[in-house]
Amino acid sequence: MTDLKKTSSLEGKNASKEKNSCAKAPLFTKNRPLTIVISALGGQGGGVLTNWIVSLAKQKQYFAQATSVPGVAQRTGATIYYLEIFPKAEGANYDNPPIMALMPTLGDVDLVVASELMEAGRAVQREYVTPGKTTLITSNHRVYSISEKMHMGDGRGDSDTVLKAALEASKTLISFDMEKLSNKTGCMISSVLFGSIAGANILPFSREDFENAIRVEGKMVDINLKGFGAGFNAAQKNIITDIFKPVKTAASIAGNANHPQSKKIIEEINQLPLSARELAYAGCKSLLDFQDISYAEEYISILKEYSKIRNSSEHIIKELSRSLALWMAFDDVIKVSDLKIRAKRTADYRNEVKAQEGQIVQMIEFMHPRLEEIIGIMPVKMARFAQKSKLFSKFLGLFTGAKKYDSSKLFPFLMLYFIASLKGMRRKTLRYYEEKQLIDSWLIHVKTACEKDHDLALEIIKCQRIIKGYGETHQRGQDNFKKIMSALGAENITAKNITAKKISALHKAALSDEDSHEFNRLFAAL
Amino acid sequence: MAERSFAKEVQKLRAGKGDEFHGEGILAVTKALLQSGVAYVGGYQGSPVSHLMDVLADSQEILDELGVHFEANGSEATAAAMLSASINYPLRGAVTWKSTVGTNVASDALSNLASAGVMGGTVIILGEDYGEGASIMQERSHAFAMKSQMWLINPRPNLPKMVNMLEKSFELSEASNTPLFFQMRIRACHLQGQFTAKDNKKPAFSVKDALENPNREADKIILPPFTFLHEKMKIEKRWPAAVKFIKEHKLNEIFDGSENDVGLILEGGLYNVVIRSLQLIGLADTMGITKIPLYVMNVTYPLIDDDLTNFAKDKKAVLIIEEGQPNYIEQALHKIFNDAALKCSISGKGTLPLYGEYTGQAMNAGIKKFLKSYRPDLLKSDLLESAFPPAREFSVTPKDLDKAIPMRPPGLCTGCPERPFFAAIKMLEKEYGEVHISADIGCNSFGTLPPFKIGNTIMGYGLGAASSSAFSSVRSNRSISIMGDGGFWHNGLTSGIASAVYNNNDNVFIIVDNGYAAATGGQYIPSSAQTLKDNETKATIQDAVKGVGVKWVRTIRSYAIEEVRDLVREAMTSPYYGPKIIIVEGECMLNKQRREKPIVKSRIKTGKREIKERFYVDSATCSGDHACIRLSGCPSLTIKPNPNILHSDPVAYIDNTCVGCGLCGENAHASVLCPSFSRADLIFNPSLWDKIKHSVRQSVIQYLQKRKDAKRAEITL
Repeated sequence: MTDLKKTSSLEGKNASKEKNSCAKAPLFTKNRPLTIVISALGGQGGGVLTNWIVSLAKQKQYFAQATSVPGVAQRTGATIYYLEIFPKAEGANYDNPPIMALMPTLGDVDLVVASELMEAGRAVQREYVTPGKTTLITSNHRVYSISEKMHMGDGRGDSDTVLKAALEASKTLISFDMEKLSNKTGCMISSVLFGSIAGANILPFSREDFENAIRVEGKMVDINLKGFGAGFNAAQKNIITDIFKPVKTAASIAGNANHPQSKKIIEEINQLPLSARELAYAGCKSLLDFQDISYAEEYISILKEYSKIRNSSEHIIKELSRSLALWMAFDDVIKVSDLKIRAKRTADYRNEVKAQEGQIVQMIEFMHPRLEEIIGIMPVKMARFAQKSKLFSKFLGLFTGAKKYDSSKLFPFLMLYFIASLKGMRRKTLRYYEEKQLIDSWLIHVKTACEKDHDLALEIIKCQRIIKGYGETHQRGQDNFKKIMSALGAENITAKNITAKKISALHKAALSDEDSHEFNRLFAAL
Repeated sequence: MAERSFAKEVQKLRAGKGDEFHGEGILAVTKALLQSGVAYVGGYQGSPVSHLMDVLADSQEILDELGVHFEANGSEATAAAMLSASINYPLRGAVTWKSTVGTNVASDALSNLASAGVMGGTVIILGEDYGEGASIMQERSHAFAMKSQMWLINPRPNLPKMVNMLEKSFELSEASNTPLFFQMRIRACHLQGQFTAKDNKKPAFSVKDALENPNREADKIILPPFTFLHEKMKIEKRWPAAVKFIKEHKLNEIFDGSENDVGLILEGGLYNVVIRSLQLIGLADTMGITKIPLYVMNVTYPLIDDDLTNFAKDKKAVLIIEEGQPNYIEQALHKIFNDAALKCSISGKGTLPLYGEYTGQAMNAGIKKFLKSYRPDLLKSDLLESAFPPAREFSVTPKDLDKAIPMRPPGLCTGCPERPFFAAIKMLEKEYGEVHISADIGCNSFGTLPPFKIGNTIMGYGLGAASSSAFSSVRSNRSISIMGDGGFWHNGLTSGIASAVYNNNDNVFIIVDNGYAAATGGQYIPSSAQTLKDNETKATIQDAVKGVGVKWVRTIRSYAIEEVRDLVREAMTSPYYGPKIIIVEGECMLNKQRREKPIVKSRIKTGKREIKERFYVDSATCSGDHACIRLSGCPSLTIKPNPNILHSDPVAYIDNTCVGCGLCGENAHASVLCPSFSRADLIFNPSLWDKIKHSVRQSVIQYLQKRKDAKRAEITL
């Protein structure tokens, strides 16, 4: 969320909501069981949570009815559980049981519990959540769906919009990262949810009653109680605002420079437009890491130059600091090797695979160097020779193909170490030469375009994002990129028919399918 | 064994007279079978009654004690044919399956069973897979009941009623010599509730008794002239007997209300949602006391004409509430009222939605529409309106929300052995372009969804092979048929493979052998490593296809992705003319994990050396293109925000549910993806030699790492 004004108004709205919810309407009337919808993904323990609520209600002399509709064929989709509870004291008994519905009626749900943010969004979308009635308890973490994951760029759903909608549509919203709490306590997310329900004070049962339900079910009682407690406390605090934290932009970059050259760079960063500084700083750092301090100087001097060209703007510099840094630190074999041998990488790796302290972990790296990549790290002349000589290529071919290296072993580690140490001669390699040519030409295109059309220049800058990945992916991206550049015409004139909108559409198309169908169609239509 | 174990819950089945029984719908139904003195049970799994089969399988001990025969039938047709045991003997029998698909498969046997008629009570429990959560095409089972003259029970969905109606079903079946359907919707199967139990009954007449006293009645054989006699019996004897029984035992219920110039006629299964809808407009309460009279059909076929006429005769209008199309009951009602010259008008579909599930929303709107036409004075309060304030000033519009929320289609499980095989096909597509692929029912159907999108048609369980028949003789691009092992044994061997051999079909057939009927919850099949009763493989797919005459048969391990790709390519291009069968092997990962996890855990606990594998992606080298995900779709291979603020695209990330199946690495190699994948081998209880090697290596590596770090620290920013 960047809109600060709206953030504060949202907070205010929620605060007033809380006040309203203090004045509680009677939960049960002769006409009114309490209704609960639970939406959980496979493996999150939605069934366990349902059982807890049923058993809790049973112990407290309530009728409870629960049912569920599993996601298609029970695999990976969300399961919707629906529960109703009704006090026995209302004149109902086993011979004369209350009639309870098997599915929610829109506008008639007291409590919606979701184990993941988009599932909460779906409950809002389906109008299970209504402002007059529903308390919505949801974790705000994300479990990405396949459509979001498989996108060639960023296909993620819009969490901010969903949270905003959840806040508007509910009577009370309780939302925090329950996955984090469940990881911390080692329990399933269902225990945190159960704790949140207790903490929300919506059911007519005490905390002790809830905890007893966990004890009665008798499975992993201690861990579940811990998760329950964490959820209870968080819900009582009603932490909902942490997602709406404004993005803070530092006025100037302090940095951590220890060298005259690097100090100079920090100074220069701080002369750039405000919104570009953070990215430019990150860019310089990544280039220092990739090559050396003078490479970072080169980068910053380009940014400086481009902040002075005609029609330049804060936007232009911001995007350029991002794209140029990413491109200048291209992914060659030297960089990949360098990243794989670092102590920090080993630490991150061990942490992520949950290795115990001191545990031996073998790290089997899956590599598939191609001839192009090996030739790429040779000096230009030698590389040209290798490209022409069949014999030489054949020899180099021995080093290509599918390889598995255990980088925790000496020989593979030393090999990577050796390749990483070729960094000193990187600027002489074929790959560097080729990338540099492309970058230079792109920069001229940007400049030429910018003089006429600011937005077009911005779109040209953004096109850098098309080039990514390795092997064929990289090749395809680069080909599409080159096509766009060629459509722009010669470097120093911009073709008349090209607009920012068209470039943006091509950019989007290049990231829409692997076969470039859409891209080629649009390109042909230019 | 099956994905969900009911070993603990089935102990509830021992509950005796007066005990309070708490549990799920399917468990209650099982209890009702035992209380009814059933002699044999069986069926075929499929949602929503997969768990009923699992419950029966887990209750083996209790069934044995009572002398009840249980069989996990090979298909629904097998199950229906098993019911023939009740034709000549007073044996009570029950089977279950998913409907309408299972009823389709069974219908040949059912027609014959219904024609011959039964002596012992015969009940088919239908898991009616209709509405939200359904996984099949949307049809009604009602038509089967009408065409074969079998009765259709659709009880009010609460456990006491369901249990009671199941017990009555056996009596009704016996009183009318007719087999009947007992219909349960998805939610009713999963319904948790309570009822007061009765004692279990041993069958009065058991299968053993039958075998010891064989009985043959020639006129029950399905041959002319008896078939003509059967038709006469159905109409003249069995139907009236059923109507009489239903009336006498008041199987249908009338709930009187004060506003008796209007009324609702409804299927029993819809009772609860109707009550809730009335409640929300202040015309009923939670205890079911209603102002509008209700005629609740716990038996939806046959209809009881004079009961219906009596109910409607003084009313100006009734609303008939039946779900799905065609509206058989509504049509019949017009005929019944017409014959009785009633003036009561009938509202039905049109007032209620023409198709689709009657959700609370649909029901509420429909009933209000009906009352608005005939009794607008009753529409005074509406509790729902308060939930939707008239001025909904939301800043987020429904359209914004639709855009913000991604779809969540189902997919294959983590580490699924079918995934590498689909990835191999995907890679081949890049070489050849797309080919026509006939898919099948089962886990493999998920191949038709993203990211793979492989498969043009799904024609039914085990019919993947048969559905490419039309493309079998064109000598150009071969088509591919995919079938799971479940479907193969269900009928694919004969309907698909044997037929392909006979017709010299030139296509490629891929049979995915994961060792179980995995999609329905991991039940055993003939090629599983064991069965419910024995610890051996009963039949192999290889022997079976060779047995029906296939000459080109290859078997391959699914995770060997490059070999799979090469083999499929070979099959597609081989000069051999005739059916080519590839059996792709890889055990269902859910079942494998369930079996192996505890073993590994205990080995680690007892100090044995173990290696656990899982994968890791380097976020620093991942470029956020997600090509790896497009070849996998594994739930554990996901994304996370890019740690590098310069990148806007999220990076790939492998979460802790990874089971180390190896596909990520194979994919990275086979399609030359990127150098970001790494497999972590975590060694537990290392040997002394492991430790020595490790410490020597680490001393060198850490020295070099420190040197590099120091060099980098010389200049910082």
